[in-house]
Formats: sequence, C-alpha cells, structure tokens
Amino acid sequence: MKAKLDQIRQQVQEQIESCESTEKLNEIRVGILGKKGQLTELLKSMKDYAPEERPKVGQMVNEARAEIEKLLEEQKLRMEHAIREAKMKSEVIDVTLPASKSELGHRHPNTIALEEVERIFIGMGYEVVEGPEVEKDYYNFEALNIPADHPAKDEQDTFYVTGDILLRTQTSGVQVHEMEKGKLPIRMIAPGRVFRSDEVDATHSPCFHQIEGLVIDKNITFADLKGTLAEFAKELFGENTKVKFRPHHFPFTEPSAEMDVTCFKCGGSGCRFCKGSGWIEILGCGMVHPHVLEMSGVDPEKYTGFAFGVGLERIALLKYEIDDMRLLYENDIRFLRQF
Amino acid sequence: MNTALSWIKAYVPDLDCTDQEYCDAMTLSGTKVEGYVRRDKNLEKILVGRIESIEPHPDADKLIVCQVDTGSETIQIVTGAHNVKVGDKVPVVLDGGRVAGGHDGGPLPEEGIPIKAGKLRGVPSNGMMCSIEELGSDRNMYPEAPEDGIYIFPADTAVGADAVEVLGLHDTVFEYEITSNRVDCYSVLGIAREAAATFRKPFVPPVVKQTGNHEDVRDYVSVEVKDPDLCPRYLARVCRNIRIAPSPEWMQRRLAASGIRPINNLVDITNYVMEEFGQPMHAFDLDTVAGKKIIVRRAKDGDTFQTLDGQIRTLDSQVLMICDAEKEIGIAGIMGGENSKITEDVHTVLFEAAIFNGPNIRKSAKRIGLRTDASGKFEKGLEAHNAEDAINRACQLIEELGCGEVVGGMIDVAAPMPEKKVLPFRPDSYNRLLGTSVDREEMLEMLGRLEIGHTVDAEGEETLVIPYFRQDLNCDADIAEEVARFYGYDRIPTSLPQGEATTGKLSYKLRIEQKARDIAEYCGFSQGMTYSFESPRVFDRLLLPKEDELRKAVTISNPLGEDFSIMRTLSLNGMLTSLSVNYNRRNKNVKLYELATVYLPKALPLTELPQERVQFTLGFYGEGDFFHMKGVLEEFFTAVGMKKRPEYDPEAGKPFLHPGRQALVRYEGVTLGYLGEVHPEVLDNYEIGEKAYIAVLDMPNVEGFTSFDRKYEGIARFPAVSRDISMVVPKNIPAGQIEQTIRQRGGKLLESCQLFDIYEGVQIKPGFKSMAYSITFRAKDRTLEESDVSAAMKKILNGLEQLGIELRQ
Repeated sequence: MKAKLDQIRQQVQEQIESCESTEKLNEIRVGILGKKGQLTELLKSMKDYAPEERPKVGQMVNEARAEIEKLLEEQKLRMEHAIREAKMKSEVIDVTLPASKSELGHRHPNTIALEEVERIFIGMGYEVVEGPEVEKDYYNFEALNIPADHPAKDEQDTFYVTGDILLRTQTSGVQVHEMEKGKLPIRMIAPGRVFRSDEVDATHSPCFHQIEGLVIDKNITFADLKGTLAEFAKELFGENTKVKFRPHHFPFTEPSAEMDVTCFKCGGSGCRFCKGSGWIEILGCGMVHPHVLEMSGVDPEKYTGFAFGVGLERIALLKYEIDDMRLLYENDIRFLRQF
Repeated sequence: MNTALSWIKAYVPDLDCTDQEYCDAMTLSGTKVEGYVRRDKNLEKILVGRIESIEPHPDADKLIVCQVDTGSETIQIVTGAHNVKVGDKVPVVLDGGRVAGGHDGGPLPEEGIPIKAGKLRGVPSNGMMCSIEELGSDRNMYPEAPEDGIYIFPADTAVGADAVEVLGLHDTVFEYEITSNRVDCYSVLGIAREAAATFRKPFVPPVVKQTGNHEDVRDYVSVEVKDPDLCPRYLARVCRNIRIAPSPEWMQRRLAASGIRPINNLVDITNYVMEEFGQPMHAFDLDTVAGKKIIVRRAKDGDTFQTLDGQIRTLDSQVLMICDAEKEIGIAGIMGGENSKITEDVHTVLFEAAIFNGPNIRKSAKRIGLRTDASGKFEKGLEAHNAEDAINRACQLIEELGCGEVVGGMIDVAAPMPEKKVLPFRPDSYNRLLGTSVDREEMLEMLGRLEIGHTVDAEGEETLVIPYFRQDLNCDADIAEEVARFYGYDRIPTSLPQGEATTGKLSYKLRIEQKARDIAEYCGFSQGMTYSFESPRVFDRLLLPKEDELRKAVTISNPLGEDFSIMRTLSLNGMLTSLSVNYNRRNKNVKLYELATVYLPKALPLTELPQERVQFTLGFYGEGDFFHMKGVLEEFFTAVGMKKRPEYDPEAGKPFLHPGRQALVRYEGVTLGYLGEVHPEVLDNYEIGEKAYIAVLDMPNVEGFTSFDRKYEGIARFPAVSRDISMVVPKNIPAGQIEQTIRQRGGKLLESCQLFDIYEGVQIKPGFKSMAYSITFRAKDRTLEESDVSAAMKKILNGLEQLGIELRQ
C-alpha cells in the first residue's frame, strides 16, 4: 500500500511539474482525486484490509491526498501568477503620451490680483464692500472735499450723465457711503470699476478698477497707516519688500502720501522696469481729511482714520509683467490661459 | 515745471548737494522731482578757442583748415563750417573729448559722440569746433547761435576758458511735479523756499526795490474793472522810453533752462518774473491803448478777436477781456491781442499784473481752445499779494537792465484783500494724528523755516500766522502735514491700528459671485472683462426691436465717442465681441464668462441712480451645445445651494437667440435669466463663423434663492428598484413634460428618472420620437415590495398614455 501511494505521489509530482496549463492541471486532479481517480480507487480497496489496519491505511491515503492537493494548489498559484505577469507585460503603455484632462477655465488677472488684496485685508479684519459705479456728484467730489471748481471735476476727466450724475472717477466715494451708515469703527476695502475720460492706449483705459481702503476709529494715526500698508506690500510683493512714503496731495486726505515699493524685479538696485530708481509707485493714501469726516457725520475731534486707493490694473500689470493694458479688455483666450 | 538748479541756488546760496541728493531730499519733503537732466552731459574737454588762421583744404573745396589757439596750445582743425573767420572765438572739443549730439540737432545719443584726432581728406585734424546743437542745445535756447554753423562767443571771452562754463551749461535742469494745492510752488521762489527749508539753509529772495520817477501812472492810464467777480485785483504800472535789446545773458540762460525762448529784454522780463514769482504779466504798447483806458469786462457771445499769434478766436459772454476805450485788446489771463502787441518800435509800456478767477480762466481757455503758460498759472488760483511784488520786480528789472524808465505809482483796482490767516498752535494734536512725539520747539523751528509765524497772547494762547502765499494751510491736519514733511515721513514710526476687533469678510453678494467664478472655471470657462459703455448701435446688432425696453440706456453726455456713449443694459455685446475677437484670431473652442454689471435706468432722463445688476454671462463656441450650457447653469445652482429643479421655458422671446433653441431659466416661478444658441444673423453681425451659445443669469435675482447652509439627509439604506420604459412620443411633447408627469405620478417612492435614449429617424413613424427612461424607486424606511413598484409604474404609464405616448415593449 505504502509503495503504491509512493508511486502515485511520485507520478503526480512529475505530472504537475511538466504541466503547462490550468486545464491540464485540472485533468491531473481528476485523474488522481476524481471519482475514478487513482487515489479514490485506492480508498475503495480499503475493504480488502483487515479492520484493525483500515484506520492506518485511511490515514496514509488522506495524508497522500492532502499532500497532492497542496502540490496542485501551489502549481495553480504559480501558473496564475505567471499568466498575470504575462498579461501585464502585454499591457505596457507609453506614459509619455499626452494627459487627457478636462480643461479648466482661468481667472482674469485683475481678479487674481484683487483676490490677493482681499485675502490680505480680510486677514486684517477688513470687510469687502461695494458702491455704485454710476454715482452722484456729491459722493464722487463734494463729500471728498473736492469743491465745485476743482480742476479734477473738469469734463476732460469725468464722464457725466447729467449735471449731478456721473460715472465715478474713483472708488473713494464708497468711503462716504460707509461713514454715512454711522457704524463705527470702520475697516473696509471697496474694490470696483471707475471711469475716466482717457483714450485707450497701452497704459490708459477709460474704464479700470481701484481698491479703496478706509479705517476709522479712535486714535488712528499716520503711523498706523504706514504700518498697515507696509504689511500689505510685504504680503503682496514678498517679505523683502520695503516701502517709502512721499508727501503728496489729495483733497480728501491730510496729511497725504504716495507709497513706493522696492522694485520686485531688481529688489531696489535699479533696472529698466523701475526706470533705474529701484522704486515703483504703487498707491496714494493719507489721513482722512477732517472736513470729509465732518461731512459724513463722523466727529473729527473723536475719530480719525486713514484711507488709501490702489489701482488694480497697476498691480496686475506690474505683478504679472503685462506690457499693454488693452490685453486686459480684449479677452483673447491665449492671454487668459496664462493666468 | 522745469527750473535750473543754478536759479534755485541764486536764492539758496548755501545749497550744496549732488543732483541726486537734491532730487531725493526734495521729493521726500513734498516737492516731487520727476527727473533731472544735466545740461553738460557728455560735454568733455571743450574749451574756448580763437581762430588764428584759415587756409583752404588742398584736396577738398568744401573744407577749410584752421589753426586754433586753445590757450595752452594751437591745434589744427579741419572743418566744413563756413561761418567762421580769423579772430572768432569758438567752442573747441579736443582730441579724446566728447560732444552731446550731431550738428543736425537730432535726438541726442545716450553716450554722446566721442571726438578723436584724425585726418580729413589727408589733412590732420586734432579736434572739432562745435555748433550749439553739438553742445546739446539749440537756437531756441541760444538765439544768438547761427543757423547751421559754429557757435561764436562774444569777442571778450577768454581763450582757453571752459566753453561749457561760459555757455552756462554746467547746470542741471530739474523737472518738478507740483501738486495742485501748492500754487506758491509753481514759481522759482516757491521751490527755492522749499529747498531752503528742506536743506536747512537760509532763503535769500531777491530784494524788490521801489522804483518810479516823479510822474504819476494815473496821468498815463486809468483802469476800470467791470467784472470784479472774475478779476479780484488788477495792477498796472507804466514804463517809458523803452529800449528794446537782447536781455542779459544770465536772464537768457535761466529762461532757456526753463524751456522759455529768450526774445528781447521786455518780453524776457515778463517771462522771467512769471517764472520767478509765478505771476503771469502782460505788457501792452500803451500807444495802441485807445483813450488811455483799460476796461476789464466780459466779452459778448459770438465776438471774435485776433490774438497776438495771429489767430482769430471766437468768444462768449463768460470770457473775460481786457479792453481799451474802444476795443478789446487782450483775452484776460490767456493771451494778448494782435492789436496791442509789443513791437520793436514800442515807446511806452503798460504792465499788467492781475488776479483772475482760476476756474473761469480754465474753462475759457478750454472753450477757446487756447491754453498758454499764463492761463496754466492763473487757473490754479493765484494769490493777490504776490501780484504786487511781481509787478514791482518787473519794473525794477526794467530799470536795472536799462530797458526803460519806470513811471511813478501803481494803479491798484482790488476787491478787499483777505487778512492773514491764523490757526491755533496745537502740537499735541499734530503728534496725535501722526503717531509721533515731535518736540514743540522742533515743530516751531520747522514751521519758522516755512515763514509760518508764531505768537503768544496775554492768556498764553499760541497762534500760528500763515503767510499769504500758503493758501493751502487751513486746519490742524494741514499743519500736521507740514510737521510731517520736515520731520520726515520716513521717521514716523510704523504701527498697526489698535482698538475694537472687526470681522474681515466678503459681502454675501461677493461670495455668490466668487462661487459663480469657481463653477464657470471648473466648467472650462475663462473670465473676461469688457467695458461698461458701448455704442447704441449694439441694439441693432442684437436685433432688439425699436421699442424694446433695453434700448433705454443711460447716456454719457461727454463720451469718448459714439462707441462708448451708452451704459450697457445687457451684457451680450461684450461677450459676443470677445468671442468674435477670438474667432477671428483663429482660437478654437473658446469658452468665456463675465460678471458684467448692467445699468438699468428707472426713468429717462435720469433723476435717480440707475439699478446696477451683475449679469453672470457665459458664452462659447466650438465643442459643446445647448445642453452643455444648461449643465453649467445647473452646476452653479447646485453649488449655491439651489436644490430645487429649475424650469426651462422655450418661449423666451429673445430676438438675438435662435427661435427654436432658447429658454428662459426659472426657479420657483422667478425668471433668473436665459440661455440659447446665438441667432445666425447676430453671429453674422459679430463675424462669428460657427455656432455659439450664451447664457445670462441676473445675479440679484439668483441671490435670493442661494444659501450656504448644508444639511446631511442620510444615505439610503434600503435597496432601490429600477424600471426602464421605452416609448414613442409625439414630437411636440418636450422631455420636461414627460419628466414632470413621471415625477408627479411616481409620488414619494420615485427617486429619479433618467433619460437614457432619444431617437428620431427611419424606424420611428413621422411626427414621433423614441425615448427611453430609467425610473428608480426607493423607500427610506423599508425594502420595496414588487406591489409598491407596480402600483407606481401603473400610475406613471397611465399618465404618459394620457399625453398620447405609446409604450413600446
């Protein structure tokens, strides 16, 4: 019996080793373990043995069966693995072929710049508000301490609709709207479209955008103005950006200043970009004029404040090195895709 | 304003700094220097030489060979110039030197032109004699220079001297940007005063001396101001025995550096005083003034007048005129008349120094179309006291330059003059505003340099006395700025605002707009921006009927042109124009969006502000169709929390859209906008050669339905059951109606219905289409029984059959 089992074991091992397909493997299994398989036949011959030997024989057969099943299973796994390997080998792709992607749209550079500015000021506790683009003369000029005869009011700069209604030339009027609401303190920025009677060319547009800033509170100082705008410049143009404040004049602020930042191209050493000066003019600002506070219902003896105005296109053009303002309003997709 | 530094130094004699230091310091104290030009740029090794001999060139007819004494040596120079003769003193650039430009006076090369010894047609030439153009200037500035030839110095010029020095070119011309509040700084004296204060050096203005003979000006002329509102002060003085001659060199050079061409002593004096004091003056030939009377009055509408440039000008009743007893002789503050202009034969001159109403001059100059140096100064609003100094200074110069004899007295027709302003001295207030702690004595010292006086009365009240020329100083903040300027803006500390914390945020409207941008971009649309104004012809291009409400637009009264004359009432023109630009540049598959404000007047003409409504506008051509666009809108609705089903009404009635491919978008019965394929005629009008689709949502209407609130509704835990139905549908029944029927009849158990096939063609009978839906049912609380589904399906199928739909098996 033992010899017979050994022989079967031997035979199966050889068959398995030379087996080439899973079908063949199955045939082997049936040939040994099937209903009419060799091992099954052997079991059937159990009755020929003495009853006291039967358990021993049965155990030998079962051991042989387990061993053969194990061999078969191992061979099966080996073969499946080989097949998978072969399949994957045939499935090699060229990973350098172009990506397939759904094209996303692009933000306008003005908006990208605006969102940068908004992010910075929202972080400092400023609310983003808006005001009307078609505006009353009062809000665009008079309430900003620009008297009736001021040259800025001249028709050559301002688009008028009627004697009293105009296209705002600056976002500064939103200052007045916010102050008139009577809720203090104020920390706001007001982005928006403004209009000036300039012919279209590489550096001018009759329609462009400004961002107005206003802070009104007790004890606001020029030092606060400097500190705030220096922070802003660093956030917007980089940690190493330095700022310079030069005296200037705006009717609605006093003292007034213009702020320059160190040229972000050359870092201040002077280049073609900054016309050799190392500085780039970026915004106008100042302490809110007491007349403006008064006219808007804020007591200038109790409250002070600062205001600033930034040209959005100016920032976009500088930051993204766009050399012609007209590109911003043409909407050529090849331009927009670059942002 | 351009001024030579040498002129500033004449009044600030101790000023000692480099050009760059001057530029920086002045800019930081508030007198912004726009730029500066060294007048001796690229002028190297140029001396005064004397021509000792001239011989013809042996091989060239047009050249001559000169021996030139340059003081230390005599050098041979070959030249083609023919205006020189033996004994002439000329500028000579030596070998290794440099000149600024060519003799033709073209643009100056950045590096100048180096001069080297060489041979001209075989004859050695060891230098060059220079024309004024080669020295970087021109005959406007140096009128004595010959046209097309070598500059010749006066006979008494020292041989060997620095020619650049002799010509006054060792100087720098600074260009200033003066702010409109500093009227006083539109003058050399004003800038010099600022320079003195900036550099802490003494300011030494010219001493204006009293002049005038024993005669009385009133015997020569009388003045009547009929319109004092436009002429608050009119001063007149007379000079006789005028001798017209060139003005002295120093005056010519200063004027030239300021960009003013020297003419003769009389004209130069008026220009000089205008620059120096910022007060324009006019000189009339008194012999041409009829009746020896000056009348200042408004012109009459339609009057014409010949100005001294020979042009005929048309006037109106708001233009102020200077007249004599019979006629108009000058446009006040703008330009004198041809009929009274100074000629070489003038004997007696009437000087006018007046104050005219600034805004009136500005408007008049604009209407007449004649803006002059004088009007440019007047329109800023000049200060009345300064005029008196200016006219006296002019008379002093007449006397000093030997130009004539000054008649005694001055005619002064003036409205009451303002008193000197006083302001309380409040150092704490200034420091509080600035965030500084500047010492009060330091403040007083700074203000003193600006000629702001300080007094203390018996009660100890401290007062600042503001000089007349500082019309801009009116309150504490103004004084604080003066302190800040001279303390130094850069020395003011930096801090951040303290006090009550505030919340930084976007307004809700802006948050919704931000979402719109995000979704549009996720869907492949790029953001465009277009102008808010456009042409009224846009309405025709968009096929809007004549009576359409949208044609009622806000009109700009002074537009840049018709193309920019109305405020848009719909956002399509910008979108279609942008698509057209792209199409015509052969860009493929272009998808754009814009958050465009439209301006809708409540009534015309405008009595109140128009409504401004942001239109979320999308447009594309190329890949995609109507349903792509529809998909974008629905993605957006989902993103802003609009969970209900929008309705689409094909009866949109938009003339600019394809009549069979357009829909209004409604949400809970409110029209939010529309979408559709652009009408082929509109495509033609915009030169777009392929189908284009647009969608417009009115954001204020959308905003009311939006919400950023989100609530978890649970994930279905019981299985769904699906049934597919296939049907033959009359063509005129829209899918929306079928879906509505399915939804209504499907009741609570219906989870979704999805169209998965639609077909029209040969296998389907004419007038019908084949449609197939997958309908899904689910209950939230149990597994559905077959009977539940059958009952629901039966209701649905009944409903569909009522619409005339045949079910296919």
